[in-house]
Amino acid sequence: MSGIVVVSHSAQLAQAAVDLVQGLVPGLEVPVRVAAGLEDGGLGTDATAVLEAVQELLDGQGPDNGVLILADLGSGVMSAHTALELLEAVDPDAVGRAVLSPAPLVEGLMAAYAAAGTGQDFEAVQAAAEQAAQDKRLAVTG
Amino acid sequence: MTQTPVPGATALSAADLCAWISAADAAIDERAAWLTELDAAIGDADHGTNMRRGMHAAREAADGIDLSSQDAVPALLKKVAMALISKVGGTSGPLYGTFFLRMATAAGTATSLDATTLATVLRAGVEGIQARGHAVAGEKTMLDAWLPAVEAWDAALADGADLTGAAQAAAVAGREGRDATEAMVATKGRASYLGERSAGHLDPGAASTAILLDTLARTAGAAGVDL
Repeated sequence: MSGIVVVSHSAQLAQAAVDLVQGLVPGLEVPVRVAAGLEDGGLGTDATAVLEAVQELLDGQGPDNGVLILADLGSGVMSAHTALELLEAVDPDAVGRAVLSPAPLVEGLMAAYAAAGTGQDFEAVQAAAEQAAQDKRLAVTG
Repeated sequence: MTQTPVPGATALSAADLCAWISAADAAIDERAAWLTELDAAIGDADHGTNMRRGMHAAREAADGIDLSSQDAVPALLKKVAMALISKVGGTSGPLYGTFFLRMATAAGTATSLDATTLATVLRAGVEGIQARGHAVAGEKTMLDAWLPAVEAWDAALADGADLTGAAQAAAVAGREGRDATEAMVATKGRASYLGERSAGHLDPGAASTAILLDTLARTAGAAGVDL
């Protein structure tokens, strides 16, 4: 099953997003790691923490699965990109198996979690997250 | 590792790079309050604190390198990168971290960096900043100090300057680039949320970049600039 890493400046925000999603689909169990906030509890992101989380989830994964990263904004995205650059340097085989989603954090997490939890492959998980922005627009504008 | 400027040096060894990081740590520490003040005007008032923490970690990382080993140059640059990535926070961590990471890769197997190699290595670092941040010139970011600096380095070399001359030219251009950010409206980074209100203040990232360039110049035996 694919895993998900949630990257945010705020540890509370990331955990709350995970709690929300898990609360909405309590029957599904997906490996999730949060890489959010700084060591001292302040706002910010740490690419080395993102890398560790990704590597933890990649460990022992089959070829149809991967790790999807959802990030908030600004340095959250930069830290995720930096983590992927570091990953490529230490594990070239992992390229393409860990991907940063362009989806908005909460909506993308919900879609990815549901897709992963219902056994869809990594391509489908990525696609589901990408679709989330459009689904939100449709939900709002009708 | 204390700074020992060597006028007329033709290349920077791992020990020299270590001295640069040490000097940069001290210079950033000295100006941390000022950097934070700049960031208070158009950001979240933490650039000085972030850079001080990051550069302390970078200096410790550099000090821990076995300077006698063959791969000391790239190893030092990589360890500095990792320290900055994990300790700076904000966007400066990934940006400066990627800068040093790309420098490490570009340094390859070099055991010292002469003026020409340094030009290539610094440019690789700057391309890393561009790739990570997606900024271009004129958006009021650290690039507005880095881009003129690497251009000035190349131009100095083309004019026959040595390492000391090229590094000094880059430091001067870096400071001028920093000063030019004052009038700019930010279109990247947190300051961009303030729009027009961001004009009239120096960009903190460009300011810390000018400090890095000044200490690099002094490490290369140049006089440095008045920041």
